[in-house]
Amino acid sequence: MSDTRTKTPPVSAVPPEPHESPRRQPSARTTKLVVAGAAVVLAVVFVLLITSPPNDEAKPVSLGFSLNSLFRWMGNLNPLAQIPIIIVIFGLVIALILVLIEYAPRAGNFYFWLRLAACFVIPVLALMLLRPYQNALIWVLVIALVVGALLFFADYRSRQGAGYLFQLVTFMAPAALLLALGLIYPTVATIYQSFFDKTTTEFVGLENYFWVFTNPEGFWSVVNTLIWVLVAPVFSTMIGLAYAVFIDKARGEKYLKSLVFMPMAISFVGAGIIWKFIYDNRQGEQVGLLNAIVTAFGGQPVSWLDAQPLINTLLLLVVFIWTQTGFAMVILSAAIKGVPTEQMEAAELDGTNAWQRFRNVTVPGIRSSLIVVLTTIAIGSLKVYDIVAVMTGGRANTTVLGFEMVNQQQRFQSYGHSAALAVVLFLFVLPLIIYNANQMRKQREIR
Amino acid sequence: MTTDTLVDNRSKRQVARATQKSEKMAQKRLTSKGATIAAIIIAVIWTIPTFGLFVTSFRPGSDTQSSGWWTVFVNPSFTLDNYSQALNSGGTALTLGQSFINSLGITIPATVFPLVIASLAAYAFAWIDFKFKNIVFVGVFALQIVPIQMALVPLLSLFSKGLTVNGVGIFPGFELRDAEHSFATVWIAHAIFALPLAIFMLHNFISEIPGEVIEAARVDGAGHGQIFFRIVLPLATPAIASFAIFQFLWVWNDLLVATIFAPSTSLPLTQTLNSLSGTWGNQWFLQSAGAFISIIVPLVVFFSLQRFFVRGLLAGATKG
Repeated sequence: MSDTRTKTPPVSAVPPEPHESPRRQPSARTTKLVVAGAAVVLAVVFVLLITSPPNDEAKPVSLGFSLNSLFRWMGNLNPLAQIPIIIVIFGLVIALILVLIEYAPRAGNFYFWLRLAACFVIPVLALMLLRPYQNALIWVLVIALVVGALLFFADYRSRQGAGYLFQLVTFMAPAALLLALGLIYPTVATIYQSFFDKTTTEFVGLENYFWVFTNPEGFWSVVNTLIWVLVAPVFSTMIGLAYAVFIDKARGEKYLKSLVFMPMAISFVGAGIIWKFIYDNRQGEQVGLLNAIVTAFGGQPVSWLDAQPLINTLLLLVVFIWTQTGFAMVILSAAIKGVPTEQMEAAELDGTNAWQRFRNVTVPGIRSSLIVVLTTIAIGSLKVYDIVAVMTGGRANTTVLGFEMVNQQQRFQSYGHSAALAVVLFLFVLPLIIYNANQMRKQREIR
Repeated sequence: MTTDTLVDNRSKRQVARATQKSEKMAQKRLTSKGATIAAIIIAVIWTIPTFGLFVTSFRPGSDTQSSGWWTVFVNPSFTLDNYSQALNSGGTALTLGQSFINSLGITIPATVFPLVIASLAAYAFAWIDFKFKNIVFVGVFALQIVPIQMALVPLLSLFSKGLTVNGVGIFPGFELRDAEHSFATVWIAHAIFALPLAIFMLHNFISEIPGEVIEAARVDGAGHGQIFFRIVLPLATPAIASFAIFQFLWVWNDLLVATIFAPSTSLPLTQTLNSLSGTWGNQWFLQSAGAFISIIVPLVVFFSLQRFFVRGLLAGATKG
């Protein structure tokens, strides 16, 4: 970045805001030259494309290194050594992006050529980094050049002045690429897969969905997921709210809060082991707390995690509620502190008791936070995987959608079923997110 | 005249007394017996499980088999052997100690990547105007809808088999199986899954930086690159810090993503612990020591940086 700093002064003579200043049009000749050049390149590439047949013995063309070779080289280093190396590499890439963003929108011949070069070189480089190409090199060049040309042209013609779009794309490209690759494409692929059989070769229509609702594992995963999403948010929020109200303005509030909040920092794997100690069942003297209590009162020890129907699922829910209550408590506590004290005092003067004040002043005052907490925990409980995987492994009808789909895919290699389960889960989450997004849009409009 | 002031004084005193009284009442009400007892019960229930684990992890192995951890108050006996034994025991590929290192190797880059990428995008959403900005932003927020489980298989096949468009291989896939500790795929997966929430949270913060600050920088000749690096990043440090903690905890505690993407020698602590807890079966002293090793880092991070963490939670949730 020192680079940027040293070069700034000479440029400051140029109007700094490209989209407000009258933009310096490159002369008509330059424009023609560029368009003609691009056309020639494209034509040459096209001719090459149809004339040269694919040749398998073609010499691989590569930069000498690729992402793959980089990761392989790093893979043989000590994990602790990998951390600084990858962060430095990543930092360099980001620095390059920032320098481009800084220089691109400036007016002037040099910056014009800089944009042009960047538009063409970056896509080619990016594709070359992915692999050493053999006969596909020509394809790669075409794709890269077309993308680059489109970007450059759109940018050049952009209403806010050349460079504006270029900037925007550079800012967004990393996130957009990752999201498209890692979330949007997989979602589409999974929905597609859910209509095909185990190995994604034969179209089976809705058969996978019938399987979800008729097979015992599929059926129980749906039922249990519904139980989770109904019970977990309600109880976490209720307990969290009660606790937040009880300790509001109490002495040592901070410490009392962190006690309940602490489980949030613990992994579900850790939580699973912690709670195994509570639910343990064995012959002789009980080591698990719950059975110790039961036997102390003269009862018979119970194998809690095998107890059906639904008892074991509810016990897993307890673990989840244990981890989520802190979240609800912290947010609701902050919301309670945001309720205007005047309202409380006014209600007090009216002679209301604590419960009435809570019902009629506090709860309406924190309504939006309550909704956020409820929906957030609901989404979390829909996606739950770890607790079930660690504590029961889906035994004794404790499976849920999020667990069963990984189970189907890892243990049975049954991709169709797994995809159908994922889509059902997706449909469950859908209304919650639509609701949240709507809420958010409303708030943004108010702003 | 005198009576007037007298009355005035008296009434003043009365008011003061009444205020004091009501304040006392208010305090009494807030810390009323029922509420206090309920709060204590909740706090105790929420702490006991962790405390039990903590105590068990220091008890000699034979004791943990035969008696509950609470008996330690009657006949105390402690040892540190469990920890050394747990760290050096392991599955086929690696010990718990090695996977602790792996966890660090996974978590730190997987925290940095999404933060930087998301702050770039958040800046663009906040300070660059473009068509359909709001719709795109809501769309990114809504991507949280995608359950990670749904993205796992396609992403995995993308990493291992690559991408082929129309018979032409664009990307052949990574060949990392023979590498000793390769985290690349885990980093990328974690970075992707963190992006929607990260962009949303950082945008909330970055968009509230006063417009005048940005304008002033622009008048001084700074482009978006400089504004981002020299003004927005420093100003957004609290938000970045809080999300960093969030992401650190989330990645450190993650089991699912690592199970799917990490090669067998690069597994993190959670995964090793999970598979070991099966083979350890009834060796509770090992399980508890192992579990405590795995939760000590997040607990330290959490307690030392709690302030930022809470702030991040609030920014992410209440502004939504």
